[in-house]
Amino acid sequence: MTTLRTIFLRREAGIAVMIVLFCLAVGAFKPQFLTLDQLRIILLLTPLIMIGAMGQMLVIVARHVDLSIGSILGLSAMVSGMLYRWDATWFGFDVPWWIGIPISVAVGTLLGLANGALITVFRLPAIIVTLGTLSLYRGLTFIISSAKQIDRQWIPSELKGLSQTSPIFGIPWIIFIAFGVAILVWYFAMHTRVGRQIYALGSNPVAAPLRGIKVTQVTLLVFAISGALSGLAGILYASRWGFVNPSNTGSGFEFQVIAAVVIGGASINGGVGTVLGTVLGVLLLGCVSAALPLLGIPGTSQAAIYGAVILIALVIDRSVRQQGIASLKRVRA
Amino acid sequence: MSTMDTTRPAQDIAPAQPRWKTLLIRPETMTFILLVVGVFAGSLLSPFFLDINYILKSFTLYSELAIVALVLTMVIIAGEIDLSLAANMALSACIFAWAQASGVPVPAAVLIGLGSGLAMGALNAFFVIGLQLPSIIVTIGTLTLYRGLAQVLAGDKSIRVPDWFIGVDKVMLGGIPLPVVLFVVLAIVLGVVLGGTIFGRNIYQIGTNEVAARHAGIRSARIKAGLFVLAGVVAAVAGIMTASRLGSVRYDLALGGELQMVLMAMLGGTYIFGGRGTILGTFLAAWLLVIVSTGMIVANVLPAVQLVVLGSLLIVAIIATNLIYSRTQR
Repeated sequence: MTTLRTIFLRREAGIAVMIVLFCLAVGAFKPQFLTLDQLRIILLLTPLIMIGAMGQMLVIVARHVDLSIGSILGLSAMVSGMLYRWDATWFGFDVPWWIGIPISVAVGTLLGLANGALITVFRLPAIIVTLGTLSLYRGLTFIISSAKQIDRQWIPSELKGLSQTSPIFGIPWIIFIAFGVAILVWYFAMHTRVGRQIYALGSNPVAAPLRGIKVTQVTLLVFAISGALSGLAGILYASRWGFVNPSNTGSGFEFQVIAAVVIGGASINGGVGTVLGTVLGVLLLGCVSAALPLLGIPGTSQAAIYGAVILIALVIDRSVRQQGIASLKRVRA
Repeated sequence: MSTMDTTRPAQDIAPAQPRWKTLLIRPETMTFILLVVGVFAGSLLSPFFLDINYILKSFTLYSELAIVALVLTMVIIAGEIDLSLAANMALSACIFAWAQASGVPVPAAVLIGLGSGLAMGALNAFFVIGLQLPSIIVTIGTLTLYRGLAQVLAGDKSIRVPDWFIGVDKVMLGGIPLPVVLFVVLAIVLGVVLGGTIFGRNIYQIGTNEVAARHAGIRSARIKAGLFVLAGVVAAVAGIMTASRLGSVRYDLALGGELQMVLMAMLGGTYIFGGRGTILGTFLAAWLLVIVSTGMIVANVLPAVQLVVLGSLLIVAIIATNLIYSRTQR
């Protein structure tokens, strides 16, 4: 056990060192990178990805993958946006500003449950199901909105205020929400029975039912959580950017999130992944995104960097795993 | 093998099914029936559907994706998946267009485009076979990388190709557009290779049980690497054909095409866990998809609804295929 633990420790320490080295390297060329303002920019870039990554991490730990989160984000944001836009017409009164939060989370949960149900009932691979629902949910977003954007004036200013400031040092609420979600997921994953069962299921799907783990329920729960958090990210997208667009909102979100999760050390072979690692992975991606414009690299190169990051993280994951296997063999010998 | 069969207890041997019954529960039969139903329903919508030229013309729009889907079918049968092929099309088309725009003669630019497709396929093969990483996540990574590199290369602009190069879809061979001819020829070649050669049967064995295949002396790593590289080259061909059809190249060429490619393979009855499927199935499914998509356009269905239909079709197709296979064996 101790050998495994040291590997994990080294892994997260490794990401932290990478963040520091990267920031120092960029700061050496552009000193303004190492300012509090820049920290604020980095922290504001990350909350949506961090919230999505918490759900995706659990999915990846359970040895699945969820490609539909970007479309869930878009659809749940659109439902709330339309509620704000049409509330006076539909109900004759204005809905309170916070109502979008439970609505979006509920929509996201339902969509995630639909993914989970297809995967568990018909025993289908998650990758194909969520590739299908990626397109299905995006299409539904266009249909319910008649392909029209929800403009800035319809998003309540209190909601937009969540991304601007808060009474605590003026740090926007959205950052607290993201870290709050991370802490809740950490507690859930490490200190509840169901949370540990996700890890057991991911490490050995064959043994899990023999140990009395209800595989169907756990899988459903994992996808529901991923959906719910994507829904939360959806309403926070409306808060952060002040609009909801049927085609742009959330598209490509899945790649950023998967990049963050795999760089954070979650293993695609299931059973391995920590909240701390994922948070660090998100922050590292945030630093890279924030550094690009300062270094004069056009924003169009971001997608390529995310792709390269996923591949590099996979290679690191493999070498770490092999070291782990080698050290286990040494202990046995 | 025959000695083993005779020593088995009699009750273990299932009675042989009549031939019509085994044919009926093949997924390709389902695809074929759906195709007939689709043509029939389409002809009720619009008389154009009984016009073979109209169908052929509509098919050219999907032929590039269909050509790549044929090779993807073989990759899936071998137990792997490649989601990066549509992004590969975009990047090789961008590299081709960028090369000829910066003064390289067009034939050399085509070669550069094909070479880049080959390199992309080889990169996938390196990660999946060389480093033993799961192809699902690797190709999600390379999908992002290739599409991103295309965006870096082309930016938000579109790169024009020379006028004489435009219009591969207008070239007719015996009244049939060239892309369709290419698709049919490739389908026949790959169908024969997959169904009638030892190499083809090896692909099925790898997909059914790779460890057993390796113990039986099949060079599974070499064959799978070959399939990834082949898929990369064919995707580059398809990308350059798309460039010729559209007349210009943007980074979002074939955006979302991986969905339609996987859909063609799944609709044709390819088993997602490997080891089963045929080129004939994907061939029929490509036509079915064209009929469905064209039918929706003729019926004035919104593009958004088409997204919903394609997504639902993918899920329904994979459920149906899995049910059919679980009924027959396993």
